[in-house]
Amino acid sequence: MDYNWNWGVLFEEEYLGWLISGFWWTIAVALCAWCIAIVVGSLVGIGRTVPNRFIRAISGTYVELFRNVPLLVQMFIWYFAVPELVPDDWGRWMKRDMPNPEFTTAVIALALYTASRVAEQVRAGIETVPEGLNAAAKAHGLSVAQTYRHILLPISFRLIVPPLTSEFLTVFKNSSLALTIGLLELTAQSQQIAEYTFQGFEAFTAATVIYVCIALVATVISQSLERYTAIPGFVGKEA
Amino acid sequence: MIEIEKISKWYGDFRVLTDCTTSVEKGEVVVVCGPSGSGKSTLIKCVNGLEPVQEGRISVEGQEVTAKSTNLTKLRSRIGMVFQHFELYPHMSVLENLCLAQEKVLKRSRDEAVSRAEELIERVGLSEHLTKFPSQLSGGQQQRVAIARSLAMDPIAMLFDEPTSALDPEMINEVLDVMVGLAKDGMTMMVVTHEMGFARKVADRVIFMDEGAIVEDRETQAFFSNPESDRAKDFLSKILNH
Repeated sequence: MDYNWNWGVLFEEEYLGWLISGFWWTIAVALCAWCIAIVVGSLVGIGRTVPNRFIRAISGTYVELFRNVPLLVQMFIWYFAVPELVPDDWGRWMKRDMPNPEFTTAVIALALYTASRVAEQVRAGIETVPEGLNAAAKAHGLSVAQTYRHILLPISFRLIVPPLTSEFLTVFKNSSLALTIGLLELTAQSQQIAEYTFQGFEAFTAATVIYVCIALVATVISQSLERYTAIPGFVGKEA
Repeated sequence: MIEIEKISKWYGDFRVLTDCTTSVEKGEVVVVCGPSGSGKSTLIKCVNGLEPVQEGRISVEGQEVTAKSTNLTKLRSRIGMVFQHFELYPHMSVLENLCLAQEKVLKRSRDEAVSRAEELIERVGLSEHLTKFPSQLSGGQQQRVAIARSLAMDPIAMLFDEPTSALDPEMINEVLDVMVGLAKDGMTMMVVTHEMGFARKVADRVIFMDEGAIVEDRETQAFFSNPESDRAKDFLSKILNH
């Protein structure tokens, strides 16, 4: 292979700056999306398990809609289609005045997509709690809301920490799709470096290493969370 | 205190309870027995509305369980229930298990709840286990905690759904002892159990069920010495001969 390796290019001031800026945009998009996804996903996941049939149906529809449409298509819809579909004033605002439109759109698209997946984890967690505990809470006169608040949710959230970790890692990786709507996050910056310097291997190697590092840090955080929340003798191994 | 009148219940097309009628007076201990699948557990779960019935009516202290207007949550908080598999909240210590419903349902202060919990946990002989989690206790200990948890609500009656069926033989007695103590203190109790020794010792009446119907409902002595139905005779001969 006839290729001039030049790792030094990554440390030239301009390109290093691009990588760092891309890194922060990736972190920002992923974390913002994750926070929204946890809140929305929890609500929708709870909604799928409540006795009220109407709320269950709405929550189910949300999950099927957002889980089954490819994330890339969702990004495009939010960025290109939604401003045309909403009332004119809003559309104009979204296209002209909305601060940081690429970032905002990427966060919304990623958050609502991830929420549908979080919702399924939350639902699975709640359904895993033994039925008898529900009956016991009922028998002691706890209301449905109290049962969720004190019994079902504390147990199910502990149960789903490991699968949520995977979801958390996926948010960082999925955030790379934001480059398609023009957000200069990590992947976009690497691509730009490759185009400017023709050092594509180095540029994408740098991106790869940074993604892996983010994932490792996220994994370590999740594992300590898992240990911290473990119920003695109930979930997983005792610390 | 507990009036059950002609209740019937179906799971789909399958009839699990057929025209069951009985009652439990204040301070009375009634044992419900019968072969598995006879509807005993379902019957007592209907008493606090954990299972709905399609026909008939149930009332507890004059309050209709089966009426739509009844505040079931409130009614349930006054009836204690102990389950076959204990159903302690696994993520809470023994103390928190006893305090949760006291604080959230009865709105007792933290101090009141804790002192009531300590009192009851001493009564079931587990004072030194107050800060442990359920999974760190044996089955018998867990069931005693579950009984204490129900008592913490100061119930007007207690329902027991096969409280010793999931226990190792050597742990059965520690739980039965607590229940005998309760019965002697005059607690109104409805107990689904296969422990005929317990029934003989403390029950005022025995209800024998088969295929969803109440076949016999008699004084304890009469039931054991002279069962009327062939079903009951057959059942007793099977479980008393060991």
